[in-house]
Amino acid sequence: MTARIGIVTFPGSLDDADAARAVRIAGGEPIALWHGDDDLRGVDAVVLPGGFSYGDYLRCGAIARFAPVMTSVVERAHAGMPVLGICNGFQILCESHLLPGALTRNDHLHFICRDQRLRIENADTDWTRNFDAHSEIVIPLKNGEGGYVADEATLDMLESEGRVIARYLGGNPNGSRREIAGICNERGNVVGLMPHPEHAVEDLTGPSTDGLGFFSSVLTSLLEGASR
Amino acid sequence: MARVIVDVMLKPEILDPQGRAVQGALGRLGLDGVRDVRQGKQFVIDIDGDLDADRRETLERLAGELLSNPVIEDYRMRVLADGESL
Repeated sequence: MTARIGIVTFPGSLDDADAARAVRIAGGEPIALWHGDDDLRGVDAVVLPGGFSYGDYLRCGAIARFAPVMTSVVERAHAGMPVLGICNGFQILCESHLLPGALTRNDHLHFICRDQRLRIENADTDWTRNFDAHSEIVIPLKNGEGGYVADEATLDMLESEGRVIARYLGGNPNGSRREIAGICNERGNVVGLMPHPEHAVEDLTGPSTDGLGFFSSVLTSLLEGASR
Repeated sequence: MARVIVDVMLKPEILDPQGRAVQGALGRLGLDGVRDVRQGKQFVIDIDGDLDADRRETLERLAGELLSNPVIEDYRMRVLADGESL
């Protein structure tokens, strides 16, 4: 059985093609999903890709959250389907309240684009289980509004429950509280990540192939889920 | 016609780098003593007919769900009287 991984395209999505390619390289079957259609076409997991959905109008992810496809994604996510939101996808997950907190303008106001070192803090989620805990990886980071914020109580909860899944190393690139690059929900099936693993899946085009781990992880998770 | 104004501001505890940049610019352009600048958004919503209780309630809900993000922002909604300016 090849796992079917849905990639949602919103108006303004940029990284849907790279996300589909990453799924294919990892061994999954990418399935194109459309923002205006609430049919998830029988997929086993969903990736919300990076970009500027709806032009980032109002707030990043604020309008995408109300797209028909998101009704189905939120419903299935609550039932345990793995969902990964990358960059703009992370913003959409926060706006949808699948993940706590919000992403705000980088503290230095500049758009940032560079290869970023990260530490995997939680290797037990559906999207990180193929990593070694505390391993360091390098994948691209590119955002203008990537500063993760939440109130202190929420940050403490995320830390104590091990829900910070990746942290920035080598200096805070965007003012994120506690150097948070990615978080997950309580169950570990929904993950939001500001840097871009889908751009680091081939030696020719990426700084590493470290990004593949996220996509191979979900295939492992789905296989284990199927055999349970 | 009814005109409704919704002002959205970042919560006081959320860093506002844009406001800070504007603060710097005001100082460089000759304004002394600028202690703080916060940048927000204003929505001017014109509605056909009267703003009945139902629609007012819907607007209030959407101001908190769509126009603002309660995690980082506060909003204030007010209905302009006839002829009242912004």
